[in-house]
Amino acid sequence: MIYDVIIIGGGVTGCCIARNLSKYDLKIALLEKEADIASGTTKANSGVVHAGFASPREYVKRDMCIEGNKLYTQAFEELNFSFQRIGSFVVALEDNQIVKLEEQRKQGTQDGIPGLEVILDKKKIKYMEPNITDDVVGVLHAPTAGIVSPYGMTYALAENAAMNGVKFFRNQKVRRINHQNYTFVIKTKDKEFKANNVINAAGVYGAKISKMVGLDYFKIMPRKGEYIIFDRNAMHLNKILFPTPTKVSKGILICPTVSGNTFVGPNAHNITDKKDISTTEAGLKEILESGRNLVPNLPVRASIRNFAGLRAVPDTYDFVIDNTDVYGFINVVGILSPGLSSCYAIAKRVIEFLELLGANMTVKEDYNPIRPKPERFKDFSKIELDIKIKEDPTWGRIICRCETIPEREIIDAIHSPVGATTLDGIKFRCRPGMGRCQGGFCRPRLIEILSRELNIPYEDVVKMGEETNFLVAKTKEIALQSVEGGNKE
Amino acid sequence: MKKYKSDVVVIGAGAGGLAAAIEVKKADLEVLIIERDKELGGITLQCIHNGFGLKEFEEELTGPEYAQRFINQVKELKIPFLLDSMVIEITKEKLVYAVNRNEGLIEIEAKAIILAMGCREKTRGAINIPGFRPAGIYTAGQAQRFVNIEGYLPGNTYVILGSGDIGMIMARRLTWEGCKVKAVVEIQPYVSGLLRNQVQCLEDYDIPLITSYTVTKIHGRERIKGVTVSKVGRNFDRIIGSDKFIECDTLLLSVGLIPENELTLEAGAELSKNGGPLVDENLETTIDGIFACGNVLQVHDLVDLVTAEAKRAGKNVIEYINSRYGKDLMKKEIIKCVPGENVNYVKPDIINKRNLSEEIIFTFRVRHPDRRVLIQFKDNLQKIIYKKNKFYVIPSEMLELNINLEESGINPDCKSITIDVIPRPEVLIEED
Repeated sequence: MIYDVIIIGGGVTGCCIARNLSKYDLKIALLEKEADIASGTTKANSGVVHAGFASPREYVKRDMCIEGNKLYTQAFEELNFSFQRIGSFVVALEDNQIVKLEEQRKQGTQDGIPGLEVILDKKKIKYMEPNITDDVVGVLHAPTAGIVSPYGMTYALAENAAMNGVKFFRNQKVRRINHQNYTFVIKTKDKEFKANNVINAAGVYGAKISKMVGLDYFKIMPRKGEYIIFDRNAMHLNKILFPTPTKVSKGILICPTVSGNTFVGPNAHNITDKKDISTTEAGLKEILESGRNLVPNLPVRASIRNFAGLRAVPDTYDFVIDNTDVYGFINVVGILSPGLSSCYAIAKRVIEFLELLGANMTVKEDYNPIRPKPERFKDFSKIELDIKIKEDPTWGRIICRCETIPEREIIDAIHSPVGATTLDGIKFRCRPGMGRCQGGFCRPRLIEILSRELNIPYEDVVKMGEETNFLVAKTKEIALQSVEGGNKE
Repeated sequence: MKKYKSDVVVIGAGAGGLAAAIEVKKADLEVLIIERDKELGGITLQCIHNGFGLKEFEEELTGPEYAQRFINQVKELKIPFLLDSMVIEITKEKLVYAVNRNEGLIEIEAKAIILAMGCREKTRGAINIPGFRPAGIYTAGQAQRFVNIEGYLPGNTYVILGSGDIGMIMARRLTWEGCKVKAVVEIQPYVSGLLRNQVQCLEDYDIPLITSYTVTKIHGRERIKGVTVSKVGRNFDRIIGSDKFIECDTLLLSVGLIPENELTLEAGAELSKNGGPLVDENLETTIDGIFACGNVLQVHDLVDLVTAEAKRAGKNVIEYINSRYGKDLMKKEIIKCVPGENVNYVKPDIINKRNLSEEIIFTFRVRHPDRRVLIQFKDNLQKIIYKKNKFYVIPSEMLELNINLEESGINPDCKSITIDVIPRPEVLIEED
């Protein structure tokens, strides 16, 4: 079988392209090297949908972000992920920074970003965001900026794509791509895929994949950003808070998440190891100190987790979205910030490329753009809950008490299209283990459910892929190994 | 929606909840126990080691044996209980909402509620260890559940961070299982659990205990491959150049316990600094008729002490229902109890002036170990009401004092009392 399109990479970019292509009468597959989609940059970024004024005008990413932000409205209605346009503040702490805010407001407004406003009235600023530092002298308010669960949206995109016929293959690290007679043959450890068109959305591995077809015209550097996340009860922010930007970065922000937590981060350190998602003592200190400039009373003691993610930074510092010289090979790489904000605009661009490449872009009659909203215990009223549990008792068995997640939601996460096969897969889909106890109570129960639903032994349940097993042996097995003949029963 | 009525609802069927329920039932009041797990007994069920019951029964029992004595009483007294049932809300009006598989949503109308939800373990996030986030990191209690209840081993070679009791007990348990415990690493200069566990669980098995050290980095992307431990200075800052790598495939965290008070907060009760609800001398929270006992109130050293506190809560609930329930009481006049020098927290947090003539049980912990100290209670007018010498104090041992404040000569007009644990003046030292 020859696919019309194969997408390499199951991050938000790849999944968004897959979903928006699933509208057309095409045979599509997506290959992901990890055990689950949304495992790389998508899993560990700020989850901010930017208004779009931050990048300089000469960059493609600016246009993509401004357009992408607007496209979120429709996507949100169709895909039912968590998204809130709460608005952002760029915070000026010194008078001379106001000029920068004014400049950004002017250019942004000219480029069609609605509602931008520089606010100098400290009382008004404090009213809008009471946690902000007293040292604030002014803010640039962007009401269209929003927060989204980046992985939650990616699961929604993938589910909807799968509903519309896209095939997802996980644990498929691409090893080689051969290009013969206008057909790409993609080899992984145990499979071979054929396609007429290939879309490279491989994130930090984008340059590596591009080189497999002989295209070596850009470099991708991983840039690490560390985060600290705080307990939901510790602080409530109304706005996304950015410092006034420097040339290097948008700076360390403080931001609420769609689930009501607050985080501080990311810093920005260029590294060489594409797998290095470790946090460092110095880095965590750096983001806390920086964060305190904007919010002095950061609830440091209520931190529940720290993590790091990698941005795929191209040497051009701009998105690399190319219909390349290798006919049928499209690069969608170097998707650094504001990549999450831009994904719907990027997908639009890819569709235009495929039209140019002569793919059959007939809209399918049975295309369904709606991904139903996952049912959540927390969304039900008491009466609804009672009915739900009577219809299906698994609604009445609470597995995660911090986040109040019943067994039903976990089973749904496992059996949804492109469902969870790992504990992290469940955790990122429906949040058990994300609360303040970080899995202390629910982990044994999740292992039990995953083992049962996937029909695998306890020892084979993994956290996030190969070699990440939780349990190594049954009790007595290790002790018996040291006894002569003991391990033979 | 199923609706029940009960004089008293007890939330949690661990050592605290069971003892409180039994106490209440013995006074012929109706009591209903709600438990989220599939059996009665709580965390004691996974504590299969001995050392329980020395105070309560003057016998040495295992955790499950200890729990069984109370479970038997619950059954003899025919106390109703709901298992696999999660309380999702409690209100000021003392309506309790719970869900379970069989009955759906349940509403219980109570006259009084006893909170006995216990505590949970602190996690890595709460202590912010940098590094990777691989598989192989567990809290000690979680590992205990895997080994003792589920029958699985979480790893082969271990480093245990924190010398809490569960961590030390697991060090011994895993050694028995043929696993290798490379080290127990403690950030403080002293062990944070009980001395008997240090001797019986670590020293008897030659498990190295490294004090004034902490884990500063986690290695390994998939499964943990090792940890860096570093010596810490006085303010727990890492001493540069003291890093050591220890290879292991599992890291257990035994870095402390926190009362589990999500429900308490949602009900609108105030919490105090130790993480437990703010209570008066009756163990009543800031919401009329809602009481707390056991580890949800304060983390105890021994289950026997939980039982004792739970019985006390039970007695107070009986008194509440028989003489105070539904009556308009005069405005509460209170005295605040404030943790002073070298005191981490104190229970009760407040005292009702109407009860000053009765003996009050104070429980508190020091912040750091000290020798030859003076424990003193001082009112806000700097008058010393009570003092007592103590040869040795340590954070892992909860201090308990029974004091009749009226007999001690408290000024009834005072607003607060402060509890200090201070170095004893030279002249008093020979009194030991």
